[in-house]
Amino acid sequence: MDFLTLLQVLDTSVRLATPLLLACLAGLYSERSGVVDIGLEGKMLAAAFFSAAVAFYSGSAWVGLLAGVGASVALAVIHGLASVTFRGNQLISGVAINFLAAGMTVLVAQSWFRQGGRTPPLEGDARFNPIELPFAIGPKDAEAAGKPLSQMISEAGPLQQFYSELISGHSSLVYLALLTVPLTWWLLFRTRFGLRLRAVGENPAAVDTAGVSVVWLRYAAVLICGVLCGVAGAYLSSALQAGFVKDMTAGRGFIALAALIFAKWRPVYALWACLLFGLFQALELRPDIIENVSGIKVQVQLLGALPYILTVVILAGFVGKAIPPKASAEPYIKER
Amino acid sequence: MDKMPKWADIVLIPLISLLLAAFFSALVILAIGENPIEALKLMVDGALMRSSGWGYTLYYATNFIFTGLAVSVAFHARLFNIGGEGQAMLGGLGVALCCLYVPWPHWSLAILGASVGAALFGALWALIPAYLQAKRGSHIVITTIMFNFIAAAILNYVLVELLRPVGAMDPASAKFPDATHLPSFQDMFSTESNKMFRGAPANVTFFLALAASVFVWLLMWRTKLGYQIRAFGHSESGALYAGINPVRITVIAMLISGALAGMMSVNTTMGESERLILNSTEGAGFIGIAVALMGRNHPFGVLLAAILFGFLYQGGAELALWTSIPRELIVVIQALVILFTGALDNMVREPLEKLFIAMRRRNA
Repeated sequence: MDFLTLLQVLDTSVRLATPLLLACLAGLYSERSGVVDIGLEGKMLAAAFFSAAVAFYSGSAWVGLLAGVGASVALAVIHGLASVTFRGNQLISGVAINFLAAGMTVLVAQSWFRQGGRTPPLEGDARFNPIELPFAIGPKDAEAAGKPLSQMISEAGPLQQFYSELISGHSSLVYLALLTVPLTWWLLFRTRFGLRLRAVGENPAAVDTAGVSVVWLRYAAVLICGVLCGVAGAYLSSALQAGFVKDMTAGRGFIALAALIFAKWRPVYALWACLLFGLFQALELRPDIIENVSGIKVQVQLLGALPYILTVVILAGFVGKAIPPKASAEPYIKER
Repeated sequence: MDKMPKWADIVLIPLISLLLAAFFSALVILAIGENPIEALKLMVDGALMRSSGWGYTLYYATNFIFTGLAVSVAFHARLFNIGGEGQAMLGGLGVALCCLYVPWPHWSLAILGASVGAALFGALWALIPAYLQAKRGSHIVITTIMFNFIAAAILNYVLVELLRPVGAMDPASAKFPDATHLPSFQDMFSTESNKMFRGAPANVTFFLALAASVFVWLLMWRTKLGYQIRAFGHSESGALYAGINPVRITVIAMLISGALAGMMSVNTTMGESERLILNSTEGAGFIGIAVALMGRNHPFGVLLAAILFGFLYQGGAELALWTSIPRELIVVIQALVILFTGALDNMVREPLEKLFIAMRRRNA
């Protein structure tokens, strides 16, 4: 495998890792506060539909993003009501939210567009288009030189190839997702809010005794989770792809959940876990590459299942035990 | 003393939750510009007013009885088995292997053999998450979710690479031999002059599902093992002091749960498609969650809830056929039922409890 092919695979990995990363960080806020969220998938799906639909009507991807975030936050509020206010079973609430999103998106899509549960394809500013960083070789340079882009890049030096192919040319949401990682780290480990958030996931009674509202903290975490899932969904339908199709999240919410466990509920590890799982997804699209490099024919089904298998192995504690926040999934009852 | 009479807990709360779910479903239908009353009429006509409608309703109900029982047995041990879907997929593989590679002389023996195969494969698929939960403390919800995806990958691999007949395009096994054909309701109940259940897929497996309900009831309320499972679910520490081994109970409860989920595939794979196909489970494993919640984890409740969901499924198919409402309406209704009977249970329960306490005070 030559250097450029490697770069292309990594480039695809980054693009596929982005929705995983956003959803994974979303889950991180929620679970760190003691609210387990298996409804990441549903929130992403709802956001994917509403962002694509509104982007189609408004012609602006950013307006679409707002709508997607709105839809995701609405589902997050339901999850908050069920798990914080009414102290219900958080897992069951997550299951319900996944189904609600799976059904509602198709129902509304059919009612609005009548195209079998999809939105019309998005074009131009209704999509998040690739951003070309300074000094990178992009489509405009290729046009100016009168040569195809692929030829321009293959003729460039390795450093320029690395910069143009892998670093540059992603949509703004990719860079936003990458920035969210240090931001999350800073918020959780360097601010008072973060300390309280982590404490409420470990020992809510102690936080309550200190005079800080458990309910407010958990709602804040659930809402942040909703916002990030919303961005993840918008990225899926208006950056990675051009429009919404039925069930387009395709289990990504659960891969994100797996990545969260794999990362042991830490933001920087989450980045690596999501990039790894993104790489698996990229290789699933290009099984020929593994065969060329290793000489072994790898089943694509195995690659698809690898994130789940690795998560089970990690959960089993055979390779570095993953310990969730102590108060996970336990509703807090102030007084009996 | 209980805060509420027992009938309120068993009948009133599920009924109110169901009404809430129905109310919001009606709102959804209104919002997409259709008439909810017309829709309900169509659903009732299509699912309950003809024998063939009942044939479909009971076919779906058969699946949901198995998966609902599976979820409820695990719930009794306070284990949330969300992996019914994967266990049913593997159960289908068990059915297919039994039907394809064993020369059965008669369907009555074949259904027994296939049931054992399905139960065995389903139980095995539940065994690993159960063991990891019991021995290593890995959360069973997460592991069973992961196992659903792994099961889908395995089934995909087996169908594409191993069981697909040479030259066939679609990922499915060969057709099962004729001797394994299960009598459908049409075969069983039609007379020369009066054709009943025409073309409907309901088959003899329905009675197997009824037997499974009775079995679960006997097991949970009439045996020592059932008592231990329920005691463990009520209080793990209490059970521990009573000498109940938590590892043993966790594993056994999940094995029974997985076996029941796996047996669903006797209905779909052997009774309907007569070959193993991708996605034969069609989400029935997840509907088991709604069914178990609605049925309050009691086999009789599960039976009623399964028939209700069978009706919704068949009615939903009719709606999709005659109106512009897509089948996904059923997914929304299912979500609302899970939400109100499961997650928002306290929202209904707390005001009712207050009401009953207030009434009791006035009477005292």
